[in-house]
Amino acid sequence: MSETMNNEGIVNKPARPVGIVGYGAYIPRYRLPGTEISRIWNGEASPGPVKEKAVAGLDEDVITMSIEAARNALARSGISPTQLRAVWVGSESHPYAVKPSGTIVAEAIGASAHIQAADWEFACKAGTEAFVAAMGLVGSHMANYAMAIGMDTAQAKPGDALEYTASCGGAAFIVGPAEEALTTIDAQYSFVTDTPDFWRRAHQKYPEHGQRFTGEPAYFNHIVSATSTLMQNEDLAPEDFRFAVFHQPNEKFPSRVAKQLGFKPEQIEDGLLSPLIGNTYAGAALVGLTAVLDVASPGDRILVTSYGSGAGSDVFVLTAQAALPERRDAALHTQDYIARRTEIDYATYARFRGKIAMK
Amino acid sequence: MSASMDNLYSDVIIAGVGQTPVGEHWDRSLRELAANAILAAVKDSAGLKPQVLYIGNFLAVSASRQANLGALLTEDAGLNGIEGVTIEAADASGGAALRMAYLAVLSGAVDVAMAIGVEKFTDVIGPESESFLSQMLDADYESAQGLTPLSLAGLLFHRYLHDYAPDRKAFAGFPEVAHANGETNVNAMFQQGMREGVYKKAAEAAEVLNLFDVAPYADGAAAVILTRQDQLPDGWDRPLVRVIGSSLVTDTLSIHDRPLPLVWDAARLSIERACRGAGIMPKDVDFFEYHDATSLHAVLSLEAAGFASQGQGWMLGNPDVIGLDGQIPVATFGGLKARGHPLGATGLYQAVEAAMQLRGEAGKNQVAGAKVGLIQSLGGMASTAVAHVLSR
Repeated sequence: MSETMNNEGIVNKPARPVGIVGYGAYIPRYRLPGTEISRIWNGEASPGPVKEKAVAGLDEDVITMSIEAARNALARSGISPTQLRAVWVGSESHPYAVKPSGTIVAEAIGASAHIQAADWEFACKAGTEAFVAAMGLVGSHMANYAMAIGMDTAQAKPGDALEYTASCGGAAFIVGPAEEALTTIDAQYSFVTDTPDFWRRAHQKYPEHGQRFTGEPAYFNHIVSATSTLMQNEDLAPEDFRFAVFHQPNEKFPSRVAKQLGFKPEQIEDGLLSPLIGNTYAGAALVGLTAVLDVASPGDRILVTSYGSGAGSDVFVLTAQAALPERRDAALHTQDYIARRTEIDYATYARFRGKIAMK
Repeated sequence: MSASMDNLYSDVIIAGVGQTPVGEHWDRSLRELAANAILAAVKDSAGLKPQVLYIGNFLAVSASRQANLGALLTEDAGLNGIEGVTIEAADASGGAALRMAYLAVLSGAVDVAMAIGVEKFTDVIGPESESFLSQMLDADYESAQGLTPLSLAGLLFHRYLHDYAPDRKAFAGFPEVAHANGETNVNAMFQQGMREGVYKKAAEAAEVLNLFDVAPYADGAAAVILTRQDQLPDGWDRPLVRVIGSSLVTDTLSIHDRPLPLVWDAARLSIERACRGAGIMPKDVDFFEYHDATSLHAVLSLEAAGFASQGQGWMLGNPDVIGLDGQIPVATFGGLKARGHPLGATGLYQAVEAAMQLRGEAGKNQVAGAKVGLIQSLGGMASTAVAHVLSR
């Protein structure tokens, strides 16, 4: 880290105020308990780092799930899909290496054809990177509405520690002019370094990770640096926020980083979903945000800090608006998706997630 | 080993010490850690320039794919061209390097020798690190069967519990004392005491051994400069600390080749011989920096040194006995458990800490009136044991 980094103009402010005009979550119904994973790999059922994780069904993938979340976002926005000028999907499990998920999502929701639709990848912050780009497209007056989605069906290596948490789910957001927004986006800052804590080469089926290196030098360093830099530049303190949502690979990390930054457990509890659904990777911070938006009151200030391995964090400061309680019931609440659950065993999970070698 | 060397009174003195903090130094390389310790020791010695550098290191060849440290570390610390070579004895490498430096100065062949221990354990992550660590065991008969140092210690600990039926809870005393001392060591990896009740609830590390029974592997570098009094530079004004006893003994590599797996002969003999050379009995020492790689190692080290009878070492797990004010203070700066276990560097951390004790520079970790200290480094399951006696 250079000590002479120029700190001028590092917080991103668009040319016109922007906000979240619509939002929607999607979490698949299947649940694999941590006790099932330990039963298979450790010979006895014992609790894991989260209670259970969400698993996509046989006919689901990032594209189908993005379509459902996008429809929820459109329902809350009240806009016509043809008004969207971008449908951007961030994921680390895009069904195609070449052919963007966004083209299919856009077509399915009726947003084609006057749009942008490239894929986004930055591990778990692919969705929030797309979100920042949407802010730019709208904030620069290039467009009035842009959709950013973070969604994953994370590849969990069998028998690896991360198998307990790598799960499926995510959320879609429509960014538009602040005047029409359910929440305004008041400030945004991103902090990115070359830190190889977790990666997957093109032909690898499962990612690799740096074990203990994924903690302090990766997750904690980036979330703490990004959040404290933004708060310092904007003259904000933890007490100024009603809610804070952090990237949530498990329960321990976000709880610890929140404490480190001076936030209280009450501030993070509504947006902390990983104990019940696992780590939805590119969807994680965003789906946590949807759960907060489902309960926030006008005037509430919300902090969101994502984390993507490789590595970096995007920070957002949002303020809930009067329109939020009016429009949020137009789609299923995130807790409704969490409550909708069908428990499966490890064999069913292995079949659903394509872990059985068929030839 | 020549008998005359065992009995010779030596005027080998510790002229300078240096250390880096022990921890997971993701952002510091092997050469950087070593250079920091070397330069700190040179500064502490008022600028003495060593003629030889004995390097204690275990894993650089595997973890950092770096051999030939003699050439690398001398150059990197601005000591181009001096004599340099690595000494390896698994996690007793540091102690072994210290012994080589001691012999070099004792023999008169070298005037100023430096011993440095350095380890960059975090250059390797995941299961590969386990297989590298297992190199301290027998490759054909132990590690090829899936044994690792930790699992082997677990098996032996099981045996100890079976043979002697000790109070399992009593073993908490060893990490508790270590952590209490680590709290006030600014270079320790863990600077927190153990909260009430955590030992009982601790997760398993290797069946029967729990998380607090096992010292953390880590990165670090520590160095000492040895010389004779006539070599000291003007302006050198540290309290004089001498190395008055030194011994390195090997045992069978594998536990299964020993008649009694729980009696560590090399550990016992190295202490007896170092003490004999120093003209003292083990019980005469004011503190004992032992190789507490696990709580089992701690207990068997105390038994080998004669501080407890066979099968009774566990009874010493009490701050009244082994705390800083106890009868036989151990791990005075946190030991392997709290200061950390940077493998090949550990033996030199013990030497640096012992020197600080005897200089009266240990601050909150000071053993009152310390005049004689015993340090012991073990390689693997005490297959190699190296002990030194230091005195003021």
